Order: sequence, then structure tokens, then C-alpha cells
Amino acid sequence: MDCIQSYVWIVPLMPLIGAVINLLLGRRLGNRVVGPLACLTVFISFCASTLLFLSLTKLPAESRSFTNLVYTWVLVGDFRAEVSFLVDPLSAVMILIVSGVGFLIHVYSIGYMHGDKNYSRYFGYLNLFVFAMLTLVLGDNLLLMFIGWEGVGLCSYLLIGFWFEDKKNAIAGMKAFIVNRVGDFGFMLGFLLLFWSLGKAGVWTIRFTELSANAHLLSAGMVTAITLLLFMGATGKSAQLPLYVWLPDAMAGPTPVSALIHAATMVTAGIYMIARMNFLYVLAPSAMTVVAVIGAATAFYAATIGLVQNDIKRVLAYSTISQLGYMFLGVGVGAYSAGIFHLMTHAFFKALLFMGAGSVMHGLSGELDLRNMGGLKEKMPRTYWTFLIATLAICGVPGLSGFFSKDEILWKAFSSDHGHWGLWLVGVLGAGLTAFYMFRVVFLAFFGESRTDKKAHESPGVMTIPLMILAALALVGGYVGVPEVLGGHNRFHHFLTPVFDRHTEVATHAHHSVGLELGLMVISVVVALAGIFIAYQMYIRHPEHPKALAERFPRLYNLLLNKYYVDEIYHAVFVRSLLGLNNLLARFDLGIIDGAVNGSAWLTKITAKWSGWWDNTFVDGAVNTTASAVISGGSVLRKTQTGRIQNYLLIAIIVIVVIMVVKII
Amino acid sequence: MIIGLEHYLFISAILFSLGLFGVLTRRNAVSILMGIELILNAANLNFVAFSRFVTIGISGQLFAVFVIILAAAEAAVALAIILALYQNIKSVSVDEADAMKG
Amino acid sequence: MEGIIYKIVFYLFAVLTVGSALVVVTSRNIVHSAFALLFTFFGVAGLYVFLSADFLAATQVLIYVGGILVLILFGVMLTRKVFDVKIFSGAGQVFPAAVGVAVIFFLLATVIVKTPWHLVGERAMEPTTAEIGKLLMTDFLLPFEVASVVLLAALVGAVILIRKEVRPPKVD
Repeated sequence: MDCIQSYVWIVPLMPLIGAVINLLLGRRLGNRVVGPLACLTVFISFCASTLLFLSLTKLPAESRSFTNLVYTWVLVGDFRAEVSFLVDPLSAVMILIVSGVGFLIHVYSIGYMHGDKNYSRYFGYLNLFVFAMLTLVLGDNLLLMFIGWEGVGLCSYLLIGFWFEDKKNAIAGMKAFIVNRVGDFGFMLGFLLLFWSLGKAGVWTIRFTELSANAHLLSAGMVTAITLLLFMGATGKSAQLPLYVWLPDAMAGPTPVSALIHAATMVTAGIYMIARMNFLYVLAPSAMTVVAVIGAATAFYAATIGLVQNDIKRVLAYSTISQLGYMFLGVGVGAYSAGIFHLMTHAFFKALLFMGAGSVMHGLSGELDLRNMGGLKEKMPRTYWTFLIATLAICGVPGLSGFFSKDEILWKAFSSDHGHWGLWLVGVLGAGLTAFYMFRVVFLAFFGESRTDKKAHESPGVMTIPLMILAALALVGGYVGVPEVLGGHNRFHHFLTPVFDRHTEVATHAHHSVGLELGLMVISVVVALAGIFIAYQMYIRHPEHPKALAERFPRLYNLLLNKYYVDEIYHAVFVRSLLGLNNLLARFDLGIIDGAVNGSAWLTKITAKWSGWWDNTFVDGAVNTTASAVISGGSVLRKTQTGRIQNYLLIAIIVIVVIMVVKII
Repeated sequence: MIIGLEHYLFISAILFSLGLFGVLTRRNAVSILMGIELILNAANLNFVAFSRFVTIGISGQLFAVFVIILAAAEAAVALAIILALYQNIKSVSVDEADAMKG
Repeated sequence: MEGIIYKIVFYLFAVLTVGSALVVVTSRNIVHSAFALLFTFFGVAGLYVFLSADFLAATQVLIYVGGILVLILFGVMLTRKVFDVKIFSGAGQVFPAAVGVAVIFFLLATVIVKTPWHLVGERAMEPTTAEIGKLLMTDFLLPFEVASVVLLAALVGAVILIRKEVRPPKVD
């Protein structure tokens, strides 16, 4: 028994300590202490995670799982809710990603946030964010996961609205929070439904291991309902259709926060949750289809929006949504390890892309618009090279990390029993679009003539060194999962398999030939290269083409530029529906009733009189009756609000009595 | 008849009901506070009685200790609130503290 | 094992407790209520003795009678118009409250009578103070410390609540 195994709690505890110190004492300690302290706590977590990972690899493959009970929180009969951490290959990989990438982002933040007046508050929140995510990932039961889940939502709200003096940012924070609440509602319902239905079957538990052992007790319909509700939570947290709208607005926060949200924490929570709940999803094939279809649709849909956005961070945001779609496509077709693999490689290159974009912003004193950049290649060489590597990785250029993970997902989407060639096709098209818009960013930002008067300068070392580390990871990170068909061993897959194995991760290699797999791989690479080539043609060789194209298809261009008007639609549907209903009624009144009145008046005097009478008695009467009904109803209800606490108490007691009587009888 | 658990529970139930009645009907805020104290005493009596007859331990008595501690804190704060109320509306009648009236 | 004297004393305390509690909630004079409350507290302390909770009985007398009741009496005296206030609330809910409370009492009584209590015997009559002290320093250390923080917070809160607000002189 490795001694580290009983110290799992160090991993989430360290960032929590950092958060508490920074939030309470940060201002006293001064900026020189706060930043390094925050980094140090996350670094300790990362070291502990590494040790845990190593101790896990020493165990035989079947028994790579242990729990670390810290505290029994609730104990009622046989039911227990514990603060207890589960380390298995899945959570080990996740804590490595979260603490590792999180640490680099912390270091980068020291440089990026330099001189901000709320420096300590920033690092406090950042630490809290990492703590919440680690709790979510390590928790061995639904309740602990839920705490982390909500904690992540809270921290994203705090950090997106970090510069809340500007109302726009505060609103973006609220939007993220509210949209997430919609998803969380589904998650909570799913969680309660699971708990309740298993309890009815005789097992009151919330621990994942026991849930998975008893999942067969549930009826098929119930499992489908639970998994769909849980997936609703995942669409909120992981920004999938239709709840993705908060993520592009999350740009309002400081750029390292975007990197943290998009790469290490927050959005990966949904993928992790579905992978953790794989034992349920395997029992609900229709729910898996829903997950895969929504994933593929999101991957393509977000990529089309990314084509025309001019804000560099917005392009990256839509690319995150799109890449998350790929992960959902992976888990939706039963390829959990492929989904998690892509999650890991995506964490590397997306953190890198965001921090590169932050570095560009830093160098251009806050410039975000791609149209005002250009020619940064010479001025910011380190940023350029690292950004280029990340772009190549996300495009799936062979040899880089993104290639292996994306291709595994696409292959599984094609070949698995839950897959379909249609899903594969949408995925490949999305990959082509990805390659195009990512290179559009690179060409617009780093190539050509400078289109701004601002003097660009390279960022300090504390910012570029994390970039280089991440670039190295984005380069080689994929080699842990080289597929068999390319002569690799896919060690990543085999490492994760025990978590999903018992439920038979869908076997695929049986009825598909090696040639087919290679052929599909070549197709997707060709599509990606074609995307890059078109971007090169349009933005380097013929810079006038994009404009001409936009003028030729103005409707399509505007549709994409305005993100399919989804924000406006949501606003119209959910915010202004009441107002809209009012307008509709008014128009009805004006157009039809008044029209009828006028028309009949014009015809004969009698009908005019008659319709006037109609108008007075029925139309006005109906309106007035409604109004007075509302007023009198209001005044009746008003009387119940006496403001006397004893009245309220008495009502509460009467209700309790009624409930007790009903329950006893 | 041997004096057993039920006797204490009955006394406690009576105390609780009387306290509740006081809280619901008295007009003077200080009287309401007294009702609350009665309810807390009823709960304490239950704790101690169960601790003697059912669990045969001492943890019930410890719970009662904590209830007494909280009752002291609660009384201090409640009286401060009553005094503040008195300073504001010159009365301790809860009927007059109805700023939340709809 | 229980002598007749034992029973008589028990019922005496029981009647003292319940009777004075009745006075507390029905008396027209609030000072009478407060003094009746004193007897209720004493009665409960006596019952604690019967339950072999000697430490609690002492605590009850010290804190309730010595602390809380004095506090309440201060409250009575510091609010001058106390005697003008009508006894029962004008919310017109004496009757519904009485019915509700009666139903609750009836339910409680039913539960008490019908439940098959899992009686395992009785604790011996022995001093408990030492054991409580030990438990407070071991198993219940955290709640104990938290309770002290709560008390401190209540103290500070009470002071802030009744402090006359001193407005700082306005600076232009």
C-alpha cells in the first residue's frame, strides 16, 4: 500500500487553503506573496496528483481503484454520505489535467494580471475554481460531485464578472450563472430520480461504485429518463446545444480565466460526468444516441459560427464549443476513453490558444479584433510559434496531439455499434471547418501587414514559459494514445479501460478492416489540409476574397456573424414573451377588431351602430373585466400578507398538522 | 405504575404545546420569547429522557448542554432585537411591527 | 425499587413544571409570567435530577434561572410600556391557535403511547459531570468550540443591535 493513497485529500485541500488565505488575508500579504502562493498550492496538488497516478500504475490493471474516506458527513441507517475521494484511472487522468494545466494558467496569470487592483481576489477565486473542479472529479459519490458541480458554476460566475465595474461583464457573469442553473436543474432532477428509483429497488446509496453495481435494478425507461436529465446538466456545464450561449459571453472575464474555463475546469465537467455515469448510459442506447447526435450537431454548428467571427477570443470560444461537441460525440457512441483522450489533448492546446490570444492582447494593449492585427509574427515570435503549434494540433495535422484523439473519436463514430456514418461525416466536415477558421485566425493575426498603430511587444517570460510548456505537451501529448493501426499500443485507452470495461466498452475492431480505418483517417486529414489550404488562399494569397464572398452571400454571412440570432431568439422567447404577447394582442385589436368596426361602419349605419355596441360591451367589457379581476384578485391575495409573523407561523403550523394527520391516517 | 419514559415525554409534550400556544398568541415580544424558552426546555427534557432510557449513554445530555448554550445566545440576541424594536416604534407589541404588510 | 415518596416527589415536580408553564402563557401580567417561568425552569431542573442528569440540573439552574431569566426580566423592565400591551395578539387567532396546538398535542400523545419504545434499561444514578467534561474535550470538541464562537458572535451581535447609532460628522 502506497502511503500517498491515504492522502488523496491533499489534492483538493491545497487550492482550498490557497483560496482561503488569498481571499481573507490577500490584501495584507501583498501581491508579491499572493501570486506565488496561489501557484504553489496548485503545484503541490499537481505533485500529489502525479504521485497518485504513479501509485495507480503500479497496481495491476484490474484493481486500479481506491477510495480515501475523510469524513462521514451523514449517516442515517444504511444510507451514508461521505466526504470520500475515489481515485481510479479516470479521475487520476482528470486531476492531472486540472491541476497541471491549472498550474500553468496560474503562473501565466501572475504576468497577465500584473497591476490589477484586485490581484488577491483574482487568485483567491482562481484557487477556489481549481478546488471545486478537483472536488467534482475526485468525489466518490453524487453529492460530493454535485458540490463541486455547483462550486464550479459559482466560481465561473465570480470570475467572468470579475471586472464587474463594467456592467457588460457583470451581465455576462449572470448569464453564465443563469444558463448553468437551467442545466443544473436537469442534473439535480436526474440525480434525485436516480437516488429515488434505486431506493425503491431497495438500495439507498449515492456512491458511484454501488450505483454501478446496482444499475441493472432500474427499468429501461427510468434509466433513459435519468440519463437524459443528467445530459441536460452536461449541456449546460459543457456548453452544448441548446445551452451553449453563455460560453462566448464568458470572454468578459480575464483571458486566463477563459483558458481555465475552456481547458481545465468547468466545461470538461459534463464530459467527465457522463464518462463517470457510463454504467447508466450503456443501459440506455437511445440516450446515447441523443448525446452523440447533439455532440455532432454542436461540433458542426459552432464551427460554422467560428468561420466569420472577428473577435479572436470569440473564435476560440466557438472552437471550444465545437471541440466539446466532438467529445460528446465520442462518449455518445460509447468511446469513453476516446472522449477523455480528446478532453486531455484539447486541454493542452486550448489553454495554449487562449493564453496565446491573451499574450497577443497583452502585446497590443487589449486589442481583440482580428481586423486590427496582422504582422505579429516577427514582433511576437514565441507567441507565434506556440500559437501555431496549438493551431496545428487542433486542426488534426498528423503527428500532433489533436490528430490522434480526434481521429479516434471519428473512427469510433463510424465503426462503433452506436455509431453511424452520418455522424462521422458531420464530424469530418466540422474538422475541415475547424482547420479553416483556426488558420484564418493565424493568418489574420500573425501574417501580412500590421493593421494597427499600436507598438506590439513580446510578453514577459512568466507568460511565455507556460506557453512553451503547453506547446510541448500539445506536440507530444498524443503519443500516449497512438492507435494500433498506426503501430502504437494506445496505452491511454488501455489505462482507462478498467473504468469502462465492466460495461463492455463497445468492441469495434471485429468487423472493420484495417484498410478502412486507414482510409477514413486519410480522408479526415485531407479534409483538414483542404481547410488550411483554402484559408491560405483566402487570407494570404487573395485577401480581397473574403470580403467579396461576404458581399456575394450577405444573408448567410450575416446569419453566421450574428450567431444564427440565437441570443436574440432566446431573448425574444424567454425574456420578451410577455411583451410580445401584449403586442400581438394590440395588433389583433387594431387590425382585426377595429378593421371590422370601420368596415361595417362604412357599409351601413346600422351595422356601424351594432358594431359600436359590440365594441363597447364585449371588447371593452372583456378588457375591463380582466383588469378588475386582476385588481380584486390582487387585493384578496394582499390580505394574506399581514406582515404579522404570528399569522405566518400559525399557517405553517396548521399545514404541518394537516400533513401529519394525512401521513398518520 | 413505574415512572418511565412516557411520563417524561408527556410532560415534555405539554410544555411544548404550551410554549407553542404562547408563541402563537401572545402579543408582547418578551412573552413570545418566554414561549420559545418553554419549547426549548421541552426539547431538552426529551433529549435527557431518551438518553436515560433508550441510548443509555450520555450524548443526549451533551445535546441538552448545547441547546442551553444556544438558548442563551438566542435570548441575548432576541432581547437586543426587542430593545431595538422598542427604540424604533416605542412599543414591544408585535402587532405594530408589520412593516412587511402587503 | 421506587418508593412512594419517590413517586410523590416526581409528580410534585411534574405538576410544578406544567402548572407554572400554564401560568406563563396565560397570565395577564407579564411580570407574573416571568416569575412563573422561574418555577418552570426549577421544575425542569428537578426532573433532570430524576433523570440522573446532575450536571444538567445545575446548569439549568445556573444558566436559565441565573442568566436567561434575568435577561428576560431586564427586557421587561427596559421596555416601559410593557404593561399597556394587551396580553393576546390582536391577530384574532387565539382560537385557531388553540385548536392547532390541541391537535398537535393529541398527535404527540398518540405517538408517545403507540410507539413501541426500544427500552434497554436505565442508566444507573451516578454523577455525570466528569464524563461530560471528557466528552466535551474529545468527541464533541468541534461542536464545543463552534458553540463558543456562536456565543461570541451573539454577544457582539447583541451589542451592535442595541448600540445607539453614532453618525460620523459629514465631510464635504
